[in-house]
Amino acid sequence: MAGAASALFLLDIKGRVLVWRDYRGDVSALQAERFFTKFLEKEGDSDSQDPVVYDNGVTYMFIQHNNVYLMTASRQNCNAASLLLFLHRVVDVFKHYFEELEEESLRDNFVVVYELLDEMMDFGYPQYTEAKILSEFIKTDAYRMEVSQRPPMAVTNAVSWRSEGIHYKKNEVFLDVVESVNILVNSNGQIVRSEVVGALKMRTYLSGMPECKLGLNDRVLLEAQGRSTKGKAIDLDDIKFHQCVRLARFENDRTISFVPPDGAFDLMTYRLSTQVKPLIWVEAQIERHSRSRMEIMVKARSQFKERSTATNVEIELPEYMLRAEFSLPSITAEDIVPERKAPIRVKFEIPYFTVSGIQVRYLKIIEKSGYQALPWVRYITMAGEYELRVM
Amino acid sequence: MSGHDSKYFSTTKKGEIPELKEELNSQYKDKRKDAVKKVIAAMTVGKDVSSLFTDVLNCMQTENLELKKLVYLYLINYAKSQPDLAILAVNTFVKDTQDPNPLIRALAVRTMGCIRVDKITEYLCDPLQRCLKDDDPYVRKTAAICVAKLYDINAELVEDRGFLDALKDLISDNNPMVVANAVAALAEIQDNSSTPIFEITSHTLSKLLTALNECTEWGQVFILDALSKYKAADAREAENIVERVTPRLQHANCAVVLSAVKMILQQMELITSPDVVRNLCKKMAPPLVTLLSAEPEIQYVALRNINLIVQRRPTILAHEIKVFFCKYNDPIYVKMEKLEIMIKLASDRNIDQVLLEFKEYATEVDVDFVRKAVRAIGRCAIKLERAAERCISVLLELIKIKVNYVVQEAIIVIKDIFRRYPNTYESIIATLCESLDTLDEPEAKASMIWIIGEYAERIDNADELLESFLESFPEEPAQVQLQLLTATVVLNNATVETDNPDLRDRAYIYWRLLSTDPEAAKDVVLAEKPVISDDSNQFDSSLLDELLANIATLSSVYHKPPETFVTRVRTLQKTEEEEFPEGSEGGYSETSSAHAADNGASPPPTSSTPPYATTKQPAPAAPVPDLLDLMGLDGDGGGDNAVVSVDQPVKTAGPPLPVLLPAASGQGLEISAQMVRRDGQIFYSLMFENNTQTPLDGFMIQFNKNTFGLAAGGPLQVPQVQPGTSERTLLPMVLFQNIAPGPPNSLLQVAVKNNQQPVWYFNDRISLLVLFTEDGRMERTAFLETWKSLPDSNEVSRDIPGIVINNVDATIEQLAPSNMFFIAKRKNANQDVLYLSAKIPRGIPFLIELTAVIGVPGLKCAIKTPNPEMAPLFFEALETVLKS
Repeated sequence: MAGAASALFLLDIKGRVLVWRDYRGDVSALQAERFFTKFLEKEGDSDSQDPVVYDNGVTYMFIQHNNVYLMTASRQNCNAASLLLFLHRVVDVFKHYFEELEEESLRDNFVVVYELLDEMMDFGYPQYTEAKILSEFIKTDAYRMEVSQRPPMAVTNAVSWRSEGIHYKKNEVFLDVVESVNILVNSNGQIVRSEVVGALKMRTYLSGMPECKLGLNDRVLLEAQGRSTKGKAIDLDDIKFHQCVRLARFENDRTISFVPPDGAFDLMTYRLSTQVKPLIWVEAQIERHSRSRMEIMVKARSQFKERSTATNVEIELPEYMLRAEFSLPSITAEDIVPERKAPIRVKFEIPYFTVSGIQVRYLKIIEKSGYQALPWVRYITMAGEYELRVM
Repeated sequence: MSGHDSKYFSTTKKGEIPELKEELNSQYKDKRKDAVKKVIAAMTVGKDVSSLFTDVLNCMQTENLELKKLVYLYLINYAKSQPDLAILAVNTFVKDTQDPNPLIRALAVRTMGCIRVDKITEYLCDPLQRCLKDDDPYVRKTAAICVAKLYDINAELVEDRGFLDALKDLISDNNPMVVANAVAALAEIQDNSSTPIFEITSHTLSKLLTALNECTEWGQVFILDALSKYKAADAREAENIVERVTPRLQHANCAVVLSAVKMILQQMELITSPDVVRNLCKKMAPPLVTLLSAEPEIQYVALRNINLIVQRRPTILAHEIKVFFCKYNDPIYVKMEKLEIMIKLASDRNIDQVLLEFKEYATEVDVDFVRKAVRAIGRCAIKLERAAERCISVLLELIKIKVNYVVQEAIIVIKDIFRRYPNTYESIIATLCESLDTLDEPEAKASMIWIIGEYAERIDNADELLESFLESFPEEPAQVQLQLLTATVVLNNATVETDNPDLRDRAYIYWRLLSTDPEAAKDVVLAEKPVISDDSNQFDSSLLDELLANIATLSSVYHKPPETFVTRVRTLQKTEEEEFPEGSEGGYSETSSAHAADNGASPPPTSSTPPYATTKQPAPAAPVPDLLDLMGLDGDGGGDNAVVSVDQPVKTAGPPLPVLLPAASGQGLEISAQMVRRDGQIFYSLMFENNTQTPLDGFMIQFNKNTFGLAAGGPLQVPQVQPGTSERTLLPMVLFQNIAPGPPNSLLQVAVKNNQQPVWYFNDRISLLVLFTEDGRMERTAFLETWKSLPDSNEVSRDIPGIVINNVDATIEQLAPSNMFFIAKRKNANQDVLYLSAKIPRGIPFLIELTAVIGVPGLKCAIKTPNPEMAPLFFEALETVLKS
């Protein structure tokens, strides 16, 4: 079952190698490039293609970011989930370093790119992908010092996401609770699927090694503590935590405890699949009056409480393509069946409101220096994949 | 913090190398550093800068870490091409492994492990030993992986120098990252070794479970993957393990979640308490669902895995079918996989909603997806008898939309529904007939003709309808012609002109039948067809076990066992010096797509095979008409698969093969080949040895018609063969492609050509040994019944002299690997009698009785089979095994 990548390639939009790192010497750049250019040529757009492709004894896995493909090659039965996710992390790291990952930025920074590829993966095994810590000892030209004397402790520490010795004059934490509503409504008005995906997005500006504890109105927790859960507690279907959260502790007593990374990160995400009333209801009637004219009547209705306001509401109607044939003196449009009725898509934001009713009850921050930190909490709900099919 | 490295890519064209050489030797540090960057830039764009080797090497001794890294990078790339000069780097390397800075120590040992040059490797051992015990965990974690690198280059060295023990010690290291890397290294070494190296005891288990809480996300994946091989002693231990792994399901990293799921599923097999199992299923469902919110590529991997998981544990996601409904913007590969899972989860309870979805998808834009959606409706009809009628009515609604490919696909699936539920839904035939004119795809036409023929009695104008097809008969593809022929026979209307021998033969047979005995004809043509069955749970239990043990890995994505695609060839020096004992180490390239049924189990897709090309395979690259002509073969029908061309090289190694074309007959080209069976598939193992003065390339292969219709199942992949060298390849073979008429014989005529030489012909023999299938074991009772049911005329026996059986069990063991399965034995006076069974494709069984006196030469073999004319081939095969 063990297996690792043979090489990692960064390729341009045509599939030509920009930079590559050979980890095992059993897949050449030539072989990979020949495969991938041919593959792209034949398939046209990569969207329709499986991200895992087998060719000539080699498995290629790739993702696309802007005009760059990131691809691993392997001859073993490697962990596909891990390698594909690793490629996404590589994108994150490059973005942290170069602001944007694209062909240009790779060329402009190829020395650092090589250094990073050497550090993030060894012998095809993912090693370390914390951009912030990496940038403490792999620096771009402008920030480069002579020799850093040792790797940051965090690289090998149990707390691998935070360095020691961080200092802020003012210790603050910002916590945004962001809920996205995904909904799919059939053309007959029936709600096929609805779910809420929430994220607790944190920005920490804290000195030292702070211990944090977060309390939510989680029904399981409150019940375990023997508190009343009337009306206020919520059930979360699935919770995912940032690696800083102690999972075993959470499993034990539902306490969310952690030493946070410095700066922005997603502390947790959660999912709720209880049926929710669509916050904004849209109906559309499409009438075809003549061969060259059609009318779409759209009715939109908000279904949330008055004290909330939706902002940035956009209702995106499917595009209709009409082919017109010009033959003077009259103009007609061919009768065409719209190829596929794309759904109506809605975007909106509702501040100070969550569908789930999740509440941050407390965020305790304890650091040995004993400073007081200010937590700021905000709530917002927005449309995720909000689709209403039309007749 | 963007850089400006792009300037290094532009150098003056003229005299680039000399210019760089000069700069590399500059007395100024900065200039040297810039020069190395230019060299690396040149290397990056693929220019050969190996001639600057010594000059770059001169820059290696530097305090500047960045420059050092660049020089190291250069060495990784070019050391192999300059092994004699690479030795010059050794001193600096060794010195660096003792540098006070742990970054430099780790960098040196990491880089040395990447340089596959013997002379460097020799010098790696001492520093590696030191680094494995370094004070700094960063160095130790790097050294741990380096042991795996060294093992890959020279396994013996690792064993002799005690690195394995040192590595095992690191499992108890106090640093979690070191532990994780040691586990990854050990797991890989174990994978490549036949002796037990990394055995997880309950003691290591508990250590690793503890480390799990502390190491990085990637390290957690290494540990979970390694631990999933651990077999708990009993249900209690299994429960304990599961308890410590379940918190991982809450990890934000999807790979951690999937590996945790794998481990839980493995342990669940041992857990007996239904409550615990139910509880675990409940716990795993939400994380599995959440995987569908990940990046699309991860979703794809997750979906391929969920497909397997629901086959073993259907209850896990039984209530979650809605999360698999396709979103409009899902990439097509995600939609395709969701569809598969929807079919698997479809039940009487949710079918109405599912059908509504399928209908929605059938109006999408992507043709492949639409077709798959239509097929999905058909598969649900076949799976759920009570919903069949609703499925049909949805199909009829879709036909009314009159989108050409939807109609055709619908007709195809309706034919299957008719076969599954005969005489139930003929009332819709009239509606189907309205679409007759729009059909232009062979499969759809053939399906429609089948329906007309089958229900001819109930269609007033069946003859007219068929006649309209007959008008275009000569232009139709064979598939349609055959179906048309069968259908017309049903209507007593068989007079045809054609060039296709298969077609003509069948026509003549029908015609004769009709003219002599119309009743018999009816029996043949209207005979019962095998019933179509539900294929939504398609894997047999043992394969499913294996795939589930490989969750998250490529094996679970391909739905194939690892050995079918892993081609990791151990280091070059090994393959050259040693013969692989069973050829088991030599990977092979799995390229066959000919047997890729459209049942959701997509094989490793090759670059030439889009995975969702439904049942049609793309035409193989560049046909070779001259070869065809020379062989005098029909180039149509199944023959398509037999014409193949060279694409890209693949290296394999294996045991010596019999020489079939001696160099003397092949103008210096020697070809050795043998048919082999591996993992239920037949391969032609070939070796090409070039004794000419010129490189040979463009190899192609063609097989003449033969008894079993063996033909190439993919392109012959041979790289250019340099003079004085040889190349091996494994060619996947398919059966029943171009069957030679006449009594069975073992002759296989092969033609091989290349771009430099004329076509070479040689003969090989097909041994039944490669044809005996893995499912040839018969139950005792079935054996007796079959034996009785076959007439005595089907029994053939022969004495095989010169064979001595000294031990019955040894003989049984000798036969088992060739798929001849032992059933029973008895004593008859001083004789031992053995009963065995074997089976060749198309389900032809051989019932075998071996009689011998222990220790006395001479063996009597009697067989009974529906195909007694195969007997000589069978005896030949048996003799081969027993004499080997």
